[in-house]
Amino acid sequence: MAINWFKYSSPASFYTLAGKMIPYFSVVASGLFLLGLYISFFIAPTDSQQSEAYRIIFIHVPAAWMSMFLYLIMAIWAAIGLAFNTRLSAMIATAIAPTGAMFTFLALWTGALWGKPMWGAWWVWDARLTSELILLFLYIGFMSLQAAINDPRRADKAGAVIALVGAVNIPIIYFSVKWWNTLHQGASVSLTQSPKMATTMLTGMLIMGLACWIYSIVVILIRTRAIILERERHTVWVSELQGSSQ
Amino acid sequence: MFLWVIQRDLLLAMRRRFDILTTLFFFVIVVSLFPLGIGPEINILRTIAPGVVWVAALLASMLSLGRIFSNDYLDGTLEQMLISPQSLSLLVLGKALAHWLITGIPLILISPLLGIQYNLPLDAILILALSLLLGTPILSLIGAIGAALTLGLRGGGMLVSLLVLPLYIPVLVFGSGAVEASAGGLGAGAHLSLLGAFLLIALVITPWATASALRISME
Repeated sequence: MAINWFKYSSPASFYTLAGKMIPYFSVVASGLFLLGLYISFFIAPTDSQQSEAYRIIFIHVPAAWMSMFLYLIMAIWAAIGLAFNTRLSAMIATAIAPTGAMFTFLALWTGALWGKPMWGAWWVWDARLTSELILLFLYIGFMSLQAAINDPRRADKAGAVIALVGAVNIPIIYFSVKWWNTLHQGASVSLTQSPKMATTMLTGMLIMGLACWIYSIVVILIRTRAIILERERHTVWVSELQGSSQ
Repeated sequence: MFLWVIQRDLLLAMRRRFDILTTLFFFVIVVSLFPLGIGPEINILRTIAPGVVWVAALLASMLSLGRIFSNDYLDGTLEQMLISPQSLSLLVLGKALAHWLITGIPLILISPLLGIQYNLPLDAILILALSLLLGTPILSLIGAIGAALTLGLRGGGMLVSLLVLPLYIPVLVFGSGAVEASAGGLGAGAHLSLLGAFLLIALVITPWATASALRISME
């Protein structure tokens, strides 16, 4: 059966589709979170070197993954919106940004909480930490540019340009920070020399990663629906929607 | 047409010479504030000199970004440029280069003096000027994107700093890294080559991005 995917590029039909999808994804996300948290707190063994404090990786690593992954997805949707002039793509890009920024902040914060007992410092100028911080700046730049523009179409396109410029820059920033770091300080702290991970730890982390992923989908769909309603409030279908719900 | 844009912008800048001096003195003042805040310990100053000069150059270049397009936007010249048959990317490249000639060159020329203030050795001073020569055009080119995107927006100045400062980071890293490497006896060749590579990439990509940003802002 061929599905006409283009049907869902219209905000009106996407609104309905997203509304149907949100409950399922919410259930899956909650289930995965419960399972992941159970594994991470009760099944995964205590680490021999880091004792219980290591358990923060079960949220820290998924958050760091999501922060980078969501920027990529945001840039892709922004590019599609810019290239094909589709309204919905730009709305999704706008909806992704706050979640991405939230995960970036979460990764930094949980990293600081882990770093204090492990390294004895809340913050070190490690390459990964620094580039994660810069990623947060990029998210904030994207959001504040869109917030400063009143015309939604211009906001979409301007946001798309800065998202793409940022996406081109991310590898450059990452490597320059990495090289900068190796030049400045010796191997005082190494994130890569982590002890070999037990299988249950890895499973817990992967399940938590999946849970964060599905959670992002749910939140982004909800936010996209809100943006659609806000932008299309003068259209007939929104007023019909309002009429039917009353 | 490309040369015409540069000539025109330079002429306009010459009519308002004080603007150039403002940027230059901003740069000098920021660099001179650090010893006052940190203390006159000569070894510390020598270590932080490259970073301080480069951060000040970043800020000076960024604060003058508004000038690239805003006057032309207000008097309608920019609109004429957009509808002209010339390639907009080329015009934009000309404007970015004019911005560099107006703000970047004075910074490069004054930088040896600041290097002396910070007691840098002679070869480090030369590398500092050289790294600024390679790096400041990149700042103007990237900054032009931010200036084009924030054209006519409220709070444009603050916003542009949020947009472009993260993108300036690689230039800062390798610009000040070049001076530190040469002061540490490592040789600045690798850093300068990377800066040169960034400059070439920026020359190719940013005019195009700036042109599309301008089209979006002027719709």
